Amino acid sequence: MAELNYGMSELAQEIRGMVREFAESRVKPVRAELDETGEFPTALLRELGKMDLMGLYIPVEYGGTFEGDSLPNLIAVEELSRICCGVSVSYAATGLGADPILLGGSEEQKKKFLPPLASGEKWAAYALTEPNAGSDAGSIRTTAVKKGDTYVLNGTKQWITNGGEADIYTVFAVTDKNRGARGVSCFIVEKGMPGFKFGKKENKLGIRCSATRELIFEDCEVPAANLIGREGTGFIWAMKTFDVSRPGIAAQAVGLAQGALDEAVVYAKVREQFGRPIIANQGLSWMLADMATKVETARALTYAVVRAIDLGAKDYSKFSAMCKVYASDVAMQVTTDAVQVFGGYGYMKEYPVEKMMRDAKILQIYEGTNQIQRDIIGLALNKEYAASAKK
Amino acid sequence: MGLKIDLDLCTGCGACVSVCPFCALVQRAEDGKVEVNEACTACGACVEICPVGALSLSVEEKKVAAADLDAYRGLWVFAEQREGQIQEVAFELLGEGRLLADRLGVELGAVLLGHQVRELAGTLFEHGADKVYVVDHPALGTYTAEPYSEAMSALIRTYQPEIVLAGATSIGRGFIARVAIQVDAGLTADCTELDVDLEKRLLLQTRPAFGGNIMATIICPDHRPQMATVRPKVFKHPNPESGRTGDWIVESLDLKDPVVRVLEQVNAMKNEVNVAGAEFIVTGGRGLGAPENFKLMAELAEALGGAAVGASRAAVDAGWISSFHQVGQTGKTVRPKIYIACGVSGQIQHLVGMSSSDTIIAINKDPDAPIFGVADIGIVGDLFEVVPELIKALRR
Amino acid sequence: MHIVVCLKQVPNTTQVRINPETNTLVREGVESIVNPFDENALEMALQLKEAHPGTKVTALTMGPPQAAEVLKEAVGRGADSVMLLCDMAFAGSDTWATSYALSMAIRKMDPAPDLVLFGKQAIDGDTAQVGPGVADWLGLPCVAYSRRIEIADGKAIVERAYEDGYEKLEVPLPCALTVLKEANVPRMASLRGKMAAKRLVIEPMTAESIGADPAKLGLSASPTRVVKIFSPPPKTGGVKWQGEEPAVVARKLVDLMAERKLI
Repeated sequence: MAELNYGMSELAQEIRGMVREFAESRVKPVRAELDETGEFPTALLRELGKMDLMGLYIPVEYGGTFEGDSLPNLIAVEELSRICCGVSVSYAATGLGADPILLGGSEEQKKKFLPPLASGEKWAAYALTEPNAGSDAGSIRTTAVKKGDTYVLNGTKQWITNGGEADIYTVFAVTDKNRGARGVSCFIVEKGMPGFKFGKKENKLGIRCSATRELIFEDCEVPAANLIGREGTGFIWAMKTFDVSRPGIAAQAVGLAQGALDEAVVYAKVREQFGRPIIANQGLSWMLADMATKVETARALTYAVVRAIDLGAKDYSKFSAMCKVYASDVAMQVTTDAVQVFGGYGYMKEYPVEKMMRDAKILQIYEGTNQIQRDIIGLALNKEYAASAKK
Repeated sequence: MGLKIDLDLCTGCGACVSVCPFCALVQRAEDGKVEVNEACTACGACVEICPVGALSLSVEEKKVAAADLDAYRGLWVFAEQREGQIQEVAFELLGEGRLLADRLGVELGAVLLGHQVRELAGTLFEHGADKVYVVDHPALGTYTAEPYSEAMSALIRTYQPEIVLAGATSIGRGFIARVAIQVDAGLTADCTELDVDLEKRLLLQTRPAFGGNIMATIICPDHRPQMATVRPKVFKHPNPESGRTGDWIVESLDLKDPVVRVLEQVNAMKNEVNVAGAEFIVTGGRGLGAPENFKLMAELAEALGGAAVGASRAAVDAGWISSFHQVGQTGKTVRPKIYIACGVSGQIQHLVGMSSSDTIIAINKDPDAPIFGVADIGIVGDLFEVVPELIKALRR
Repeated sequence: MHIVVCLKQVPNTTQVRINPETNTLVREGVESIVNPFDENALEMALQLKEAHPGTKVTALTMGPPQAAEVLKEAVGRGADSVMLLCDMAFAGSDTWATSYALSMAIRKMDPAPDLVLFGKQAIDGDTAQVGPGVADWLGLPCVAYSRRIEIADGKAIVERAYEDGYEKLEVPLPCALTVLKEANVPRMASLRGKMAAKRLVIEPMTAESIGADPAKLGLSASPTRVVKIFSPPPKTGGVKWQGEEPAVVARKLVDLMAERKLI
């Protein structure tokens, strides 16, 4: 299979090889069963930890291997997604949970919480969404009230990826409800803190082995030292986190779409109807050509944006949103087309593509729905062209 | 010494490179002519294939006086016993050993090691042994490699047999390798065919290599004894001659206490028929799809009147059944009357373990599965449909 | 504790094919791999290293220069040091000469190993003789077909498999073991391990540097010699039933078996 190198570092190439081999030999044999049972891929994540692959985004001084090149982490997510999005989201979501600490945490907080994440000993989760606050993140209702040298948290978070499995949670709560978005703060909450419980585990359409749980805070006392930054900075960390994490979703989408494309092309070459392989039909091979072009476009955009961010780009929210919206739409299209290429067999659980199609849907929804992404892009355009559009 | 390459004759065609199983031949970048590296085993495959005769093997003849080798006479079989039972493979080897000994014009000896096992000698004579060498010692009560090899080596040094055969069982293969080092002998493992070159008094030992993809014939020209382990079920159990006797040689040896202590013994196949000796075997492969489908194999085994259930490596690796059931190159070798392979593709590594079965029946969805190349009766079909019908038909 | 693991680079014999026309082996496209059973032996050593901090694992191999790849793989997975035996003098060695050479290399190691591990058999030679052979040269007890080990008080408790069951044995250290596939699932190389493997500079040891007696090396010292290599003849004469109703074909089979007095 021909791949373009895109000028990536030796480390990134090494990571691609390692994670691809891991995905093929360890994840592929169990992906169908994990999807069926919804069992969390604990053993797989532990093994990734042993392979030093859980800290690709964490700087060296905190036990990771990040030295300014974000591509290795992205490629790890891509290669895992190629085989199973449920596993790759569990892998990526721990990075998401760690991002507020990386972006806004104090030195003490980083030194305390990042090393066990880098080694894979612990996992993280990002807790913003609530039953009444999805796209409208500003209307979260979980409160954090200062009491001596603790904050007391009350409220519920919904649909938290890695909920229940992670040890470290970055939780967004309202510290001053009169200040709107500027009244939200971000706290590091650890599993086992009194008053912190888990609610039900969701039974989902796709990424079924990923643990999606409710978090319940009932007078949960969190040390004040676990506040990230100052009170009221919560949404700054939330927005900055999305700017760096959206390319990660794009990577998931690229990997998933690639996996579906791989399956579809092989099938089209092997399946014979009317005396010849179905790929011999131009209509079908054009379909595959379009699928492949979309995947490569998504990949090229994502890599380019990530490289630009590494090189110090400012104001890249629009571009992060573009990768996410484009790649996830591509993933939905390509996985659906893959099922179509497989025909009747594509609909059967015995073949891997129906799972890929089910997995793809969430990529258009979480981390900001694709409608929100378009809002971001639209608003950015509006702002950018303000000067040129002056009458 | 070893492979000689005549670079003047070599045309760089590369035929030898592609036929070398060990990657020992490499073509030079500048002119394509070949060079040999240390992976070469001097098997000679390249010599035969070279179209211009550029390759030759030269082997130094050892200056071992013929007299030294001639001092070794007789063919021995290690009579493996476990808990007072002579193992099947020992009888099979006595059968073949008898034929080879007769051709060589020598005596057939059986070596019996153990503690309080003397009475077993009777059955060894009845199966063809002229002499039984017994070492009866507490250190040999339970098998551990070190005292067994010490005893065998002592016997070999004293009585100088020219050939020693043992079963390629987990016991045989474990300690015979040590004996070969101790007495400076050549040892060939897992032979599937034995013959003799009467002129040179050499045992011709043929065995599969490379996962069963090739067969190699091996000799041990300059060392004695010539030792070989042989797979169970390769040779047939000979008809015993009731009342036949022979000479006893009871050797008392001062054996060191075993350093390995046996703490516990577990028979994992207590309630199951062991494939190793079974007359009827039903094997499940990857085509079974799930561990619970081995129940279907068990039902078919029962319908056949108590067959053993075997498994391909794929089924064992998938964790569907324990490795005690595995048939193949890294599993057991079997030679039942009937071998029914269900959902087994027939990789060479599996065939190596069962291709000598009397009648091989294969059931597989894929008409091109390699198993059909060795099956006496091949059924192309869905095993989940055919096997239940087969069970029904057998029960009638 | 010092554990030595002997590894062999072998062709992936599951990929090997026979050319049907010439009836010879086709080696093209067959990749070289670490002998699968040796991976289990290495994994056993690495698990012991984790259970007993301070343990050192040395990977040893004998072969042509490219055999260094298996040592790099071993370091990638966590081996601490390596030794490569590379010398034309070893060419053509059978198991007798090979086990001698390896034993001499092990004798050179400092500290001397407490445990020497081998895979059950090499998938090209399939003899399973080198492990017990090396043990004998070194005067060590050897347990073949091991599937589990624990170390305590200078002794090893080993589970050894037989055809129909297993035994639990107590073996004094130092000792040697050959390891089964069912013993463990070999880990993959870690990122840090791969970086270490990249930096590895391997100085091959020659026959002379390990003090090996030339009379015991290579083809001339090997008691066994290969005189012929051939492809097993293809089997012929079977019947194949296709496209028939399961009930019909089952009946046919049972009738045929009865006819041939098989049942």
